[in-house]
Amino acid sequence: MTGGNEGEPTEENDGSRFDRLPATASDRTVEGRPTRNAVIEWWVDRFGLDGNAFEPYTFWEKGAGKIWAFAADLESPAAVEGLGMTFLRARQEHWKPTTDAVQRFGRDAERNVVVLDDDEARAFLRGEDTDPNWDGDWGYLIAAHEIAGGIEPIGVGLYLYGELRSQMPKGRQREF
Amino acid sequence: MEPLSRYDSLVDDPAAFHAACDRPLPSVVRVNDIKATPDRVRQAFEEAGVEFEAIGWHDGLFRLGEGESPGNSWPFVHGWVYGQEEVSAVPALALDPRSGERVLDCCAAPGSKTTQVAARMDDRGLLVGNDNDLGRLSALRSNAERCGVTNLVVTRQDARNFSLKPFSGEPFDRALVDAPCSCEGTVRKNPDAVESWSLDHVEGVAGVQKGLLGRSIEVTRPGGTVVYSTCTFAPEENEAVLQHAIETHDCRLVEFDIPLQSSPGVTEWKDETFDSSMQRAKRIYPHHNDTGGFFCAKLEVEG
Repeated sequence: MTGGNEGEPTEENDGSRFDRLPATASDRTVEGRPTRNAVIEWWVDRFGLDGNAFEPYTFWEKGAGKIWAFAADLESPAAVEGLGMTFLRARQEHWKPTTDAVQRFGRDAERNVVVLDDDEARAFLRGEDTDPNWDGDWGYLIAAHEIAGGIEPIGVGLYLYGELRSQMPKGRQREF
Repeated sequence: MEPLSRYDSLVDDPAAFHAACDRPLPSVVRVNDIKATPDRVRQAFEEAGVEFEAIGWHDGLFRLGEGESPGNSWPFVHGWVYGQEEVSAVPALALDPRSGERVLDCCAAPGSKTTQVAARMDDRGLLVGNDNDLGRLSALRSNAERCGVTNLVVTRQDARNFSLKPFSGEPFDRALVDAPCSCEGTVRKNPDAVESWSLDHVEGVAGVQKGLLGRSIEVTRPGGTVVYSTCTFAPEENEAVLQHAIETHDCRLVEFDIPLQSSPGVTEWKDETFDSSMQRAKRIYPHHNDTGGFFCAKLEVEG
């Protein structure tokens, strides 16, 4: 406790349950917890997505900085095993989108999408670093490829020093 | 005696039934409408040279060629398809959930039917996927995430005592009870299901099934729908479980249509007789549509 300063966050994150994110900083009761607005803004800023697309969702934290997006609502805190999908890793200098969220929402992204050719896409899916043609921002990008007449996101890549490091989770890596 | 012979008196054509049970089943995938359309999946398979054919009764199901593995393709990586036995697409159709409703799937893992229900809800509303086994729950979560499902709450409860506490005590509009069973109907992909068959197991699992169905009826609102399904032929696990439900709970079996050949549920088995409404349930035998075996009934909660 900080001695009763009104509006100061006084609680700590409890990693065993889901807590709904505060809408704004003034609603915040848990130290360091990102707000709903900041989470949506991050996707809008980074990928040019329409913020309205996230209006129907509630956002939750379980574990430090692990943000989940849920299409309905429950009483907070929620003692359940899963709530919607993992969405974003916050509480660190560079926020990191999840593979699931990039696959679900990334199709409409307007920037920071690197489109890989066939060989690069397969290497990315194997979890390997690639050297795609990219002169845009560094940091977390949506790695995508062309399939069935459209551009489809595969996962998250970290672009640094001229190479794209695949962030495909081990269990999602494939070789074919 | 071969265990499946105990059903010869129920089946319209026992020779065709046994012959079908001995044939292996092809791999089938269901298109996940949350992320793709049948046309896009078809195009992606063609680009990749994957052998497949459409299944006439459902435009979102594709039968794969021999030797094709559904997990090793871009459509799988993107969550566009889910490997699912053809006949197991039936209960979600019978449940007929709507966008925005509250739906329970009490034995959800590993998630083929749960993700199908989510897609039929347009990923809107509240879907609860429950299971009591942590390992199976982790499979459910990863399958739902790959399919891009965002309206799913995953819970770990004994569904025979399912608690509405995390859901503000509010009942569900619909519940799916795809019960654990003796799996006789999966003999075409898993011959062990019949080799390890015993009447003791059938009777034991029937007790669990009664508990699962009873509790699911209790947590569904009056006027709501409960679908009960198994992948087994034993009347002990099917009609007898439903008979127990209608005797102990305020509910009734209702008619439903599926675009597959089936036989009505039975009203007599061994020394037991069941209510005539059991004929509204559907028994799908492997020789009917060249699929696995299945049982499905639809109930309306009354009172």
